[in-house]
Amino acid sequence: MIKAVIAASALVVAAPALAETHTIAPGEGAQERLQEALILAKPGDVIALEAGRYSLTDGLSLFVDGVTVQGAGMDKSVLDFSDQQGSGEGLLVTSDGVTLRDFAVENAKGDGIKSKGADQIIYDRLRVEWTNGPDANNGAYGIYPVEARDIVVQDSYVRGASDAGIYVGQSEKIIVRRNRVVENVAGIEIENSNRAEVTENLATLNTGGILVFDLPGLPKVGGGDVLVARNAVIDNNTDNFAPEGNIVASVPAGTGVMVMANTGVVLSDNMLVNNKTSQIMLIAYNQPYEDERYQPRPVNVQVKDNIYGSGGTQPDFPGGDLLAAALGGALPPVLTDGLHQGLHLEDSIPALSLGLTQVGQPLSQASPVPWTPAELEPFPQLRAVQLPASMAARLN
Amino acid sequence: MIRSAAILGAAALALAGTLAARATVLNLPAVHDEAVMEGMPRSLSDFRFFDDLSRQLPNDNVIGYRLNTALYSDGADKLRFIYLPEGTKLEAQGQGLLKFPVGAAIIKTFAFGEGEDRRLIETRVLLHREGGWTALPYKWNEEQTEATLALAGARLALTRPDGKAISYRVPNMNQCATCHSIDGEIIPIGPKSRNLPFTWQANLHRVGDLRGSSPELSKDGQSVGWPLLPHWEHRDQVNIDAIARAYLDVNCAHCHQPGGSASNSGLDLRWEQDDPHAIGIRKPPVAAGRGAGGHKVSIAPGDPDASILLYRMQSTEPGVAMPELSRSTVDDEGVAVIRQWIAGMGQ
Repeated sequence: MIKAVIAASALVVAAPALAETHTIAPGEGAQERLQEALILAKPGDVIALEAGRYSLTDGLSLFVDGVTVQGAGMDKSVLDFSDQQGSGEGLLVTSDGVTLRDFAVENAKGDGIKSKGADQIIYDRLRVEWTNGPDANNGAYGIYPVEARDIVVQDSYVRGASDAGIYVGQSEKIIVRRNRVVENVAGIEIENSNRAEVTENLATLNTGGILVFDLPGLPKVGGGDVLVARNAVIDNNTDNFAPEGNIVASVPAGTGVMVMANTGVVLSDNMLVNNKTSQIMLIAYNQPYEDERYQPRPVNVQVKDNIYGSGGTQPDFPGGDLLAAALGGALPPVLTDGLHQGLHLEDSIPALSLGLTQVGQPLSQASPVPWTPAELEPFPQLRAVQLPASMAARLN
Repeated sequence: MIRSAAILGAAALALAGTLAARATVLNLPAVHDEAVMEGMPRSLSDFRFFDDLSRQLPNDNVIGYRLNTALYSDGADKLRFIYLPEGTKLEAQGQGLLKFPVGAAIIKTFAFGEGEDRRLIETRVLLHREGGWTALPYKWNEEQTEATLALAGARLALTRPDGKAISYRVPNMNQCATCHSIDGEIIPIGPKSRNLPFTWQANLHRVGDLRGSSPELSKDGQSVGWPLLPHWEHRDQVNIDAIARAYLDVNCAHCHQPGGSASNSGLDLRWEQDDPHAIGIRKPPVAAGRGAGGHKVSIAPGDPDASILLYRMQSTEPGVAMPELSRSTVDDEGVAVIRQWIAGMGQ
């Protein structure tokens, strides 16, 4: 008898509780019904959002591991935060193994969807949008995973973020693929992160298309091992509408891909068209800082097999127009402040250096010179990002 | 008998906050330990924390307390209680959080108005269970006879005693955890030795409900061995640096510290942090977005109006306002203190 009881309880432990689907409909009380479902969900459960518009007055949050929030489509199930009165984001996730799929977040007062410390998260086929388009009063980040490892953001659409459409910060092992980011200040930003693959995205009509940044003074510094490949980075010439004080407020309109600090960045097989300041820009962090861990320069950057369209015709920095005129009407596709270490420029295109020699030197001291490649050691290969098997299964 | 109970209850209430009132004279059922340890009781009365729920008269082993400097919650008054199961004690661990035994609870009722006009709005309970702390919010009914579990929180239109109409937010269960978490674990925030009145700690120690080093009185019998946060009501009489840092510790540091909900900002506003950059002096924002308000640093010494920290304290707009939760009005007193503190910093 005792043996049988033990066997039975072992069975209970081994077999995961049957996953349940909790279906939520829009309408009266949606705020409370949806939030309650997110609180009471058990690992493995699905919160299904029926098609329709959910009018919400407060931020939502999910703290249970392994939950899927599944809508009827990014244009069908819409979480509408136009009347939001509290919280710093539309949806906050802090648990691991969460899947967010097929719904939209509109007009959140702060960030759109934030996940903090949420490992193995999948953002799939989402739309995060500020429907009025570029506006300094829009929320900062559309899709915003931070302080986590194993992150996938794919097949999503973000428009109108006053900082970055898709922002991944202080994280590791990141895949951002097949998204469309339109009319944000930064389309995609990878910041203070390691091992990221940004591939097959369309970044257009932003101020800057794709940014790879590392900043001092944060809990995690030393970003690098970032692949930016097979993206279409087109017409990112929208005037910078970021509130001053933020690092992206300093990004010139007309930036295609920008690398600041970071060690080990590959920019390959991208299509870079009509970004009017520069298709590719490499700069050092030029503000004062006190952080002994920090490396302010871009180190080991490989540029190869990209396709370059027109661009560089209206550089958005002081003296940029004169510089372009002096160079025949346009800056070359690659622009560096001169402070990088190890630029592996393997494409047969010209590059321009602003000739700075010290980190922190103001741009007014620039003495532009054509930049010519030096002999370098072969570029070290980046390791491909391998997702845990359980996560790969959720992607199918 | 009923009358004497009421009188005793009133006496207990009067003492709440200054004395450990662990009366055993009343013949009422004890606190319901099973409700503390398991499940999500639907009603606040299920716990039996109070002899008289509406009047907030505590049951046996439920001790009232107050804090030297408290979190601003739209100006609500807070009635605070600790439940200690029979035979258990609190333990001091230096100046930080008191250590609570499993089975203990912290109960905080939010109210507006005085005397007969007092309206109880919500009661938040933190339950110390085997697996850690659980936070549950309860919303009071119109009749003021019961508070009911409000897992998903609520938004209430209220008029404060000063006549101001506010949209008051009862946090949902997750929002409780947003502030009450370090490294993903739910923990209490308020009852730190450094923020509890000296006399309260000394009394608890005397009656045996508190052990550990905390109220080991110094020779003059006037201190607990480390500086206590100043009393907010006496802020005009204390050093501006101390009262400002106390305010930031209590109102901001539960998120803005390593492991807290805002750890990624790199801002650490705890009382014990002494690195100027970490507390925001000349620190550029990270993910503030429009919350930066066009300002370049969290604290610009000598220039309050160029400081992001003060800008966000003065806003009520979601996405800008700090703290993000449970505040729909500006804390004018807090703003005045922080303004004076920043203005007085050498540039």
